[in-house]
Amino acid sequence: MSDLRTIKITVLRYRPEEEDEPTEQTYEVEFRDDWVVLDALNHIKDHIDGTLSFRWSCRMGVCGSCGMMVNGEPKLTCAAMLRDYYPNEVRVEPLVNFPIVRDLVTDMTDFMDKLKAVKPWIIREEEKPVSEGEYLQTPDQLKDYKQFSQCINCMLCYAACPVYGLEHDFVGPAAIALGHRYNLDSRDEGNQQRQHIIASKEGIWECTYVGECSVVCPKHVDPAEAIQQTKVATTTNRLKSLVMPWGNKK
Amino acid sequence: MNYKEHKSEPFWWGMFSQGGVIAALLIPIHIFLCGLAVPLGLIDPELLSYERITALLQNPLVKVYLCVLLIFPLYHAAHRIRFTLAEIGLHSLAKVLPVLCYGGALLGTAVVLYILWVLF
Repeated sequence: MSDLRTIKITVLRYRPEEEDEPTEQTYEVEFRDDWVVLDALNHIKDHIDGTLSFRWSCRMGVCGSCGMMVNGEPKLTCAAMLRDYYPNEVRVEPLVNFPIVRDLVTDMTDFMDKLKAVKPWIIREEEKPVSEGEYLQTPDQLKDYKQFSQCINCMLCYAACPVYGLEHDFVGPAAIALGHRYNLDSRDEGNQQRQHIIASKEGIWECTYVGECSVVCPKHVDPAEAIQQTKVATTTNRLKSLVMPWGNKK
Repeated sequence: MNYKEHKSEPFWWGMFSQGGVIAALLIPIHIFLCGLAVPLGLIDPELLSYERITALLQNPLVKVYLCVLLIFPLYHAAHRIRFTLAEIGLHSLAKVLPVLCYGGALLGTAVVLYILWVLF
């Protein structure tokens, strides 16, 4: 096995029953060229230290569970190649801006509450009967929202967002982008039901367009653009309703 | 968490946004004309003399243009300063900052209108 190399992995540890403050622990891991940071964590868990806790599931950038800080940057650990860091050591920490439950596991409650609040599903005033067939969509209508539908709820954007770091009430990039995704969907009629949260003080208006959310997104979603588009649309609609109060509010 | 649509923020953000466009597109032209072209001798300083400019100001279209040029960027600055101050740690002043910043811009607006329409 001549292709094995050894890399140092420093992991943030926090075991609330044993310690008041997080500490760190360094492991030496022999890795193959095609290993990612998540492989190293699984190797540690299976062969070196079974007490290490972290979330993961699909290992292929689909489930969004394995987001962590790798050398200070929010990353999916299943997509962060160890060879890109070697010979330097790798620091793995839980996603910042979230409370730590244990080791690399964070508490996602805040994000889940906000996600639910934007109602990220198709809302119809009235469902048409099944006998009338599917809701058809043109390729152009699909294109309007497709990129925003790629979000896997990995929360890297929340860890990257300096505004969320300062202001925890901020609804945040992924939740707003997902609300926007449904607002842009030709089958959806729920815009008004999402407006009070998306256009709230804690919604789009808190964002200062730093753009880090879009930089770190592993699925190339552009939440900063979603927020910017919503700001323009909300401002235009507000102006229209002032100039033409009798107009159809849509 | 009870969310409520914010009614005034679109107005301030709209002014911020328009001010940004004007600051980026028009102000550099004026900086070039007054700050570079004259000192470098590219244009005759007489073209920007006090008499010529005050005569130009008699045209209401010039006044409107100057209003747009001077007023909108004030709101751009106010909005930026408000969020920058909040983010560098003045969180406790979150309620006062908009009043101070947009109040400053409103005051600036009054000054511009006074100079253009009362003094000239």
